[in-house]
Amino acid sequence: MLTFILQRLLHGLAVIWFVATLTFILLRLAPGGPFDSERKLPPEVLANIETKYHLDEPLSKQYLRYLAGIIHLDLGPSYKYLDRGVKEIILDTLPTSALLGLLALVFALMVSFPTGLIAAYFRNSWIDRFSLLTATFGISVPHFILGALLIWLFAVQLGWLQAGRWDNTASMILPTITLGAAPAAYIAALLRSTLIEALGEDFIRTARAKGLREDAVLFKHALRSSLLPVLTVMGPLTAALVTGSFVVEYVFAIPGMGRFFITAVTDRDYPLIMGVTLVYTAILVGANFLVDLCYAYVDPRIRVY
Amino acid sequence: MARSNQQKNGRVSDRLFIFSLVFVVAIAAAGFLAPWISPYGAGGFEEKQILEAPSLAHLMGTDGLGRDLLTRVLFGARVSMAVGIGTALIALVIGSAYGLISGFIGGNLDHLMMRLVDIFYGLPDMLIFILLSLLFGRNIGGLLLALGLVSWVRFARIARGQMLQAKEFLFVEGARAMGASRRRIILHHILPNILGPIIVTLTFSIPAAILAESTLSFIGLGINDPYSAWGTSWGSLAQDGWRAMRTYPHILFFPATAIFLTVLAFNTLGNALSDLLNPRGK
Repeated sequence: MLTFILQRLLHGLAVIWFVATLTFILLRLAPGGPFDSERKLPPEVLANIETKYHLDEPLSKQYLRYLAGIIHLDLGPSYKYLDRGVKEIILDTLPTSALLGLLALVFALMVSFPTGLIAAYFRNSWIDRFSLLTATFGISVPHFILGALLIWLFAVQLGWLQAGRWDNTASMILPTITLGAAPAAYIAALLRSTLIEALGEDFIRTARAKGLREDAVLFKHALRSSLLPVLTVMGPLTAALVTGSFVVEYVFAIPGMGRFFITAVTDRDYPLIMGVTLVYTAILVGANFLVDLCYAYVDPRIRVY
Repeated sequence: MARSNQQKNGRVSDRLFIFSLVFVVAIAAAGFLAPWISPYGAGGFEEKQILEAPSLAHLMGTDGLGRDLLTRVLFGARVSMAVGIGTALIALVIGSAYGLISGFIGGNLDHLMMRLVDIFYGLPDMLIFILLSLLFGRNIGGLLLALGLVSWVRFARIARGQMLQAKEFLFVEGARAMGASRRRIILHHILPNILGPIIVTLTFSIPAAILAESTLSFIGLGINDPYSAWGTSWGSLAQDGWRAMRTYPHILFFPATAIFLTVLAFNTLGNALSDLLNPRGK
């Protein structure tokens, strides 16, 4: 088990290094820079700026400086926000984004499990058809459309909730639903199909034949064997939550990391882009690591290699 | 009982398949025929009819510059379809070539090549896309290339898996025994056998690209000049509508519905195709 953990950790670190290097190369190759403006800067000023941000050094030295910075958790200065470093900006905005992501995940799990269970148990009934249809819609509707629809309905027409704030529980409802809808639909559909398969297995017939109560059959036997596929998609799902958070934070004007990322891209604030990319990668690597651990815990066969 | 249910489901799925196919073809046709079937010209600026609600003269109403929204949505279909199909084809070429080569060679190189795919697969599409678009610039060519480079990994995985399977087929071994070249084996024996899953993946990557492009345009990171004469993407139209949503919801409603229905139709088509081409998976 320990070798397994170490191996996964090393793999995670390799991914982070790979992404860090790739971003570095991409952004050094990218045409134009943060200091290109309509008005040409005098060459002396430009030279001073380049010295300040070490842009006059050879690339290899810049690269090593950048890697050393990452190890020391120093992500460098922002080109655009002169009073704050990249690390401060991330520390300011990450909690908001993390809260949004967690709320959406909890929402998705709370909606999808009952729905998937009921749909699978009463398969082909009207309730199953209805949830399948809703799930298909949920997977296909883009975040910005769902967000706009919810704002229009609940904020503009009904006036029940306000949009464009992030300071009390009520203001978090619509963004959470917007971000969590697609994962909810996805998990529900997945759970439904794996449960239907599980309910057809021999060990379910055995459990029923033993005279087990129906809820014990469903929860103890069928559901348990259907959890593995759901666990498998948690990694990609985290990636989807990250992608979704860019849009949801934009639509609801939430001061999270995703919104800063979009602004950083428009501003070509390269250190900020690299920093946020790294944090996202670290989150994904961490999520995948947790999934691997749970997987190894649930299914002993995986620990072997 | 079980059998009759299956038959019933089969019919429903067939109907859905045909319905979504017709819808997708109709949208594509509408896009490519936009200059001829649009009720108004593409550029028209009419200050007398700004922000009109839908009416018989303007079925989807008009926008903030008095342009007919139906016309704009039709021209937008052209952009979205071109982006979707173009991206899918680029991803198909890059991904299949990569996967086929990786699977065909096997061994350590295969292992290394697939590790790279794993890493790309785990990263959020939008993140890679935004980074790439900084490199390629925000024009239509750069957009296609960046989107293609984001979605190639799915093809690489499928192509490699199919290649590994196909290598074991007896007719491939037979061809090799007869001294056929690698090129010939890949093109004449293996490729025809792996077309099914690749077509399914292709069908799914078109709506994914349409969705990615419209989302990027919506958050302002799409094509830099969204007002070209060739057409404005649905995402940019939706962003126009988003700004005016509180007072003129129709400007957002129609482009958003177009995006939603098109993505839904493509996804339904993909599901139906994967059932059709892989009956065992049911």
